[in-house]
Amino acid sequence: MDIQTLEKYARQVRRDIITMTAAAGAGHPGGSLSSTEAFVALYFDVMNVDPKDDKNPNRDRFVLSKGHSAPGLYGTLCERGFFCREEFDHFRQLHGILQGHPDTKKCPGIDASTGSLGQGISIAVGMALGAKHTGNKCHVYTIIGDGESQEGLVWEASMAAAHYKLDNLTVILDHNGLQIDGTNDEVMSLGDIKAKAMAFGYDVIEVADGNDMKQVVEALHAPACPGKPRYIILNTLKGKGVSFMEGQVGWHGKAPNAEQAAQALKELEG
Amino acid sequence: MEKKAIRVAYGEALVKLGEENEKVVVLDADLAGATMTNGFKKTYPDRFYDLGIAEANMVDVAAGMSTMGLIPFCSTFAVFAGRNYDQIRNGVCYPKFNVKFGFSHAGITLGEDGGSHQAIEDIALMRVLPGMTVFVPADANECYECVEAAARIEGPVYIRTSRLATPVYDPRPFTVGKGVLIRDGSDCAIFSCGIMLEHALDAADVLAEKGISAAVVSFHTLKPFDEELACVYTAKCKNVFTVEEHSVIGGLGDAVASAIIGKGVEKFMKIGINDVFGQSGKPADLLKEYELTGPQIAEKILKNL
Repeated sequence: MDIQTLEKYARQVRRDIITMTAAAGAGHPGGSLSSTEAFVALYFDVMNVDPKDDKNPNRDRFVLSKGHSAPGLYGTLCERGFFCREEFDHFRQLHGILQGHPDTKKCPGIDASTGSLGQGISIAVGMALGAKHTGNKCHVYTIIGDGESQEGLVWEASMAAAHYKLDNLTVILDHNGLQIDGTNDEVMSLGDIKAKAMAFGYDVIEVADGNDMKQVVEALHAPACPGKPRYIILNTLKGKGVSFMEGQVGWHGKAPNAEQAAQALKELEG
Repeated sequence: MEKKAIRVAYGEALVKLGEENEKVVVLDADLAGATMTNGFKKTYPDRFYDLGIAEANMVDVAAGMSTMGLIPFCSTFAVFAGRNYDQIRNGVCYPKFNVKFGFSHAGITLGEDGGSHQAIEDIALMRVLPGMTVFVPADANECYECVEAAARIEGPVYIRTSRLATPVYDPRPFTVGKGVLIRDGSDCAIFSCGIMLEHALDAADVLAEKGISAAVVSFHTLKPFDEELACVYTAKCKNVFTVEEHSVIGGLGDAVASAIIGKGVEKFMKIGINDVFGQSGKPADLLKEYELTGPQIAEKILKNL
């Protein structure tokens, strides 16, 4: 798909994120907005998925390890045709399929229930290992957070991914630098995350601007490195696309009010 | 009487299951020689995955593998039910993934490794998880049945096994969720789970010598729990005593208590680990220290009848 069309979808997904969180009065816009290019590139250009056949065993798998960025995933799944946009009205509401964090039992297109940080990448490793075991040629993608990378489980999973030579696994780091209590460096420094990923046996690609669709698409299409899991660092901006949210710690888990939502939607027109 | 550790039966059952069902894969965390999965490892090296000393990752990897149509059996020590808990809860039970947990070395009869390794809380942790089936086989034969049943059940299953060699009783009919009457009686009912069956039967012998007729019922399934049988024996015997190698909080005793409350029970007592941790020692000495031998159980029952 051409970059311009993908960018158009990304703008629409960003509007969905604002609409959804504003209507619910809750949710996580910041990290959803920083991951938007990755979501759109995966679902519209990279992954082999079919909304009309969402349980096809040969489909590519996606696990949102940073499960709180659900609004971005929900917007993308909706635009891709997995469910109708009326579901946005029930985001985070009783009996809704769009739970506060992704729920594989309730929502079409969700391959694993996530939200407890560190677990998604580990489940993705299991999927990739299971795919190898069963001869399934699918590829498994997961997006992890930089704050999430403080969880020990991320590194246990990484060790296993390299040990079992899971070249059918792509781990995408949404590196926006912010987490609930402040910057990564204020809360718990990640150090040289690229060197760490390499030391853990990943084939690492760093994307200078993880909110640049062209760069993201190129990285995701880079040929696999035989015998090694892939790790893509996306240097992103938390709250990307909404001026008053960009780079602001406070918009991690806070919904815009009606006035703020109106302004955000205006900025995201076009 | 022949003796065999239930963990050994678990290992044998996996080998048999592996032959019957090619979807079965076994995961371990560097304990194959202790959890007894090394038999499976040797027989089906391509279906055995060691995840290293990383139990939490093992559970979520199993969760992911189950989504590919496999039936993973995760094996480690029961004490790590706590370490793995978030993964068991959110990674497996919340999405109702088809993962089995065969956790060994449960209870104080683990022995010399001491209190840090003696799981006295795992049944409570597992019972409270929605959708989890909880098996506590009483002997090797029941363990074979539990492993077979686990593979048939669609969803998470926990199997608690023990390190110590314990008596192997004649095979009994096995139905998931059904308790087993081992010995009938009318004055009191002793409900046991796991390897405490041996000691419950010893207690019943001691009581018989004193003219007290004790029924012994063994529960291999703690969830779903056979409330009906518990109520039948409560109505018949009036006096109910539960015996478990687990904390008296959240285990068999509490499952029985909530089943029989208001059902005509007169005396009720939970016999188990009384809200303390274990310690190093020989299994036989530990059972005595924590008052779980047959004569000690009988004494408690006599005092409370």
